[in-house]
Amino acid sequence: MDIHLFAPQLAYLAQQAINAIQLGSIYALIALGYSMVYGVLTMINFAHGDLFMVGAFLCLILVSAAPIPLFLALILVMIGTGIVGALLERLAYRPLRGAPRVSAIITALGCGLIISNTVLSISPYARPMPRLFQDTTFAVGGVTISALQILIIGTSVALMIVLDLLIRRTSFGMAMRAASFDLKTVPLMGIPVNTIVGGTFFIGAALGGAAGVLYSQAFPVVFATMGMLVGWKAFVAAVIGGIGNLRGAVLGAYILGTVEVFSVAYLPSTYRDLIAYSLLLVILIFKPYGLLGKAPIQKV
Amino acid sequence: MSRLWSVVVAGVALGVGSACLTGCGKPAAPSLKVGLNTELTGEIPAVGASSRNAAELFVSQVNDDGGVKVGDGKLPITLVVRDNGAKADQAAAAAQQLITQDEVVAMIGPDASACAIPAAAIADSLGCPMISPWSTNPKTTIDSATGKPRPNVFRACFTDTFQARVLAKFALTNLGAKTAAVLYDVSSEAPTGQANLFKQTFEAEGGKIVAFETYTTGDRDFSAQLTKIRAAAPDVIFLPAYYNDVPLVAQQARRLGITTPFIGSDTWSTPEIIALGGDDIEGSYFCNHYSTQIATPAAQKFVNDYQARYNQLPDDVAALTYDAFGLLTTAVTAAGKADRDAIREALGKIKEYPGVTGTMRFENGSGDPIKSAVILQIKDGKFNWVANAQP
Repeated sequence: MDIHLFAPQLAYLAQQAINAIQLGSIYALIALGYSMVYGVLTMINFAHGDLFMVGAFLCLILVSAAPIPLFLALILVMIGTGIVGALLERLAYRPLRGAPRVSAIITALGCGLIISNTVLSISPYARPMPRLFQDTTFAVGGVTISALQILIIGTSVALMIVLDLLIRRTSFGMAMRAASFDLKTVPLMGIPVNTIVGGTFFIGAALGGAAGVLYSQAFPVVFATMGMLVGWKAFVAAVIGGIGNLRGAVLGAYILGTVEVFSVAYLPSTYRDLIAYSLLLVILIFKPYGLLGKAPIQKV
Repeated sequence: MSRLWSVVVAGVALGVGSACLTGCGKPAAPSLKVGLNTELTGEIPAVGASSRNAAELFVSQVNDDGGVKVGDGKLPITLVVRDNGAKADQAAAAAQQLITQDEVVAMIGPDASACAIPAAAIADSLGCPMISPWSTNPKTTIDSATGKPRPNVFRACFTDTFQARVLAKFALTNLGAKTAAVLYDVSSEAPTGQANLFKQTFEAEGGKIVAFETYTTGDRDFSAQLTKIRAAAPDVIFLPAYYNDVPLVAQQARRLGITTPFIGSDTWSTPEIIALGGDDIEGSYFCNHYSTQIATPAAQKFVNDYQARYNQLPDDVAALTYDAFGLLTTAVTAAGKADRDAIREALGKIKEYPGVTGTMRFENGSGDPIKSAVILQIKDGKFNWVANAQP
C-alpha cells in the first residue's frame, strides 16, 4: 500500500510525529510510576529508572529461557518488576516513612545505585534482546510505520487506560486517591496504609517494567545502566506535567517526546537537549508546579 | 570522655599495626611493571576484554621465555590492569593510579579516544610513556595547550586524519557516491573527530554532505535524526559509531525504510557488532587496522596463538594491543634499563616496527605511526577483506 497523497513536508511531519508519539509513550509509562509514588508518599523514587532496567533484564532472562509470546512476557515481567518495586518499598522506604524528606531521597538514590551496580556486576556486557515477534513495515503516503511502533503505542495507551480505570472505578483506586490526598487520615478510615503504599509501588513498578519490555523491543540492547538516562528524562516529564498528577505525567511525557523529536527534525540535532530542556525550563518558570499541578493550599 | 579515649587508642593501634604490616613485607622480585588502562566495563566492554586478552597473551609468551631482555639480564613483566569504564574522568583517575600508586614504567591504553586524550595529558605531565593501541583521534598525541606533540605519548594505530581520507576516497571512488549523510555521537571524541575529518575530505574531493546529524552517548532513539537523513536522500551514510550504537542505528534506519549503504570507521571493528547487528548491517563497509584474511606469517602466528588461548579470532584492538606491547618491549631492550625516561627516549628513536598489524613507520619524532589501512565488508555475518589503502 503506497498512496502518494501527502506533500513531502506533510509526510515528513507525520513521520516525525509518529517517532514523537512512540518516544512519548515509553516516557509516559515510566513517568506514571514517578507520579504515583509521589502522589501517595510525596517522595521521589529515584530508583524507579532502575526498575525499568530490571524489567528489561527480566524480559531478557524469560525469553532466553523459553520462547514465549510478547504478551505473556509483558504480563510476567510486569508482575516480576511489581514485586521488586514492592519489596524495595518494604525494605528500604517503609522504615523511613516518618523521616525527613532528604533521608528518603538519599535512600532512593542509593537504592537505584545498588540495583544498577548489582546488575552491572552480574552482566557487565550489553546483551542483545531477541525479537519476540515478526516486524513488518507499512508505507502510507511517504510515511513509514512499523508494526512494532503500533504495538508500542497501542500497548502503552491500553495500559494507561487500564490504570485510569483502576484509579477511578475500583475501591483500591479510591483508597490510593485518598492516600494521595491525606496519608495520615487514611488509617482512620479503616484502610491499611501499608497495603495501599505497597500496592502503589507494585503498580508503578509494573508500568516501569512494561516500559522496559517495550523499550527493549524497540531498541534491542539491554545493559545495566540503561535506566539512568531514560529514567531521568521520564522524571523530568513527570515534573513538567505536575508531579503527583497522573494525567500530568502522561501529558509531560508526550510533550518531552515531541520537543525532543521536533527539535531534531527542524533544527540542528546537536542542540536537541539544549533546546528541549530550555523549553521545559520556560514551562516551569510560568507554571512552577507543572502544567497540571496545583500549588498546595495552606489551610489555616 | 572515656569513650573518646578508647577511640583514640584504637585509632593509634590501627595506624601502627598497618604501618608494621606494610613495612614488614618481603621486597618484591624485580620485574618490569607495565600498566594497562582499558575499558573493561561501561559502554564498550568488548574492547577492554580484547585489549586485556592480547596483553595477557603477550605477557605470558614473554615471561615463558624468561622475560624482557634488559641490559645483561631478563626481567619478567608484571601486568597491572585498571578499568576506565569507558569514561574520561575514570580514565584519568586510572592513569593517575597506575603511574603514581602502582609505579608502572609505562602505560598501555586507553583504547577509546575519549579516554585516551585525558589519560595522555596525565601521562605526559607525570613523565610516563604511554602507548595507546587503538585511539585514532589526532588529539591524543598533541598537547592541546601548546599544539606540540606530546613527548611521552605514542600510538600503535593510524590517526583519523588518514582514516577519514581513506573512507572519503573509498566512498567517492569505489562506491561512486556523490552525496553522503553523517550521523555521529557529538559527546565522544573519536566519532566527532572522524565525522568532521570525513566531511572535510569528502567535500574537498568533490562530494556533498547532505545531512550532518548528531546524538549523545547513551541515546537509543535515532528515529528523528534518521527521518531527517532519509529526507535528504544520500548515496551513503557515514556512521562512525562504536559497536554498541551501530546495530541500533542500522535497525532503526531499516525500519524507516532506509536502504542506503552504511560506511563505518575502525570503531566498528569489534566482532560483537555482528551478533548485535545481524541483517541490518549486512553489506556495510568499514575501515580497519588489519584483516585476519591477509595476515603475514608473523600475524598468522599471533592469530593462531590468540585463537588457541581464547577460542576466538583476535580483533584489531587485540592485534594493536599486542603491537603496543611489542613496541614497548623493543624500546625497553634498546634502552637497557627499566626507567621511564630511558624508555621514552628509546621509543622516540624507533623508526620502523614490524608488527602483527603491519609495518609502522615513525617519522619526524611523531608518536603517530604511518601505516596502511584495510577496508572490510560485513558479508554473510563475517568481516571480509575488500581492499588495502596505502598511506
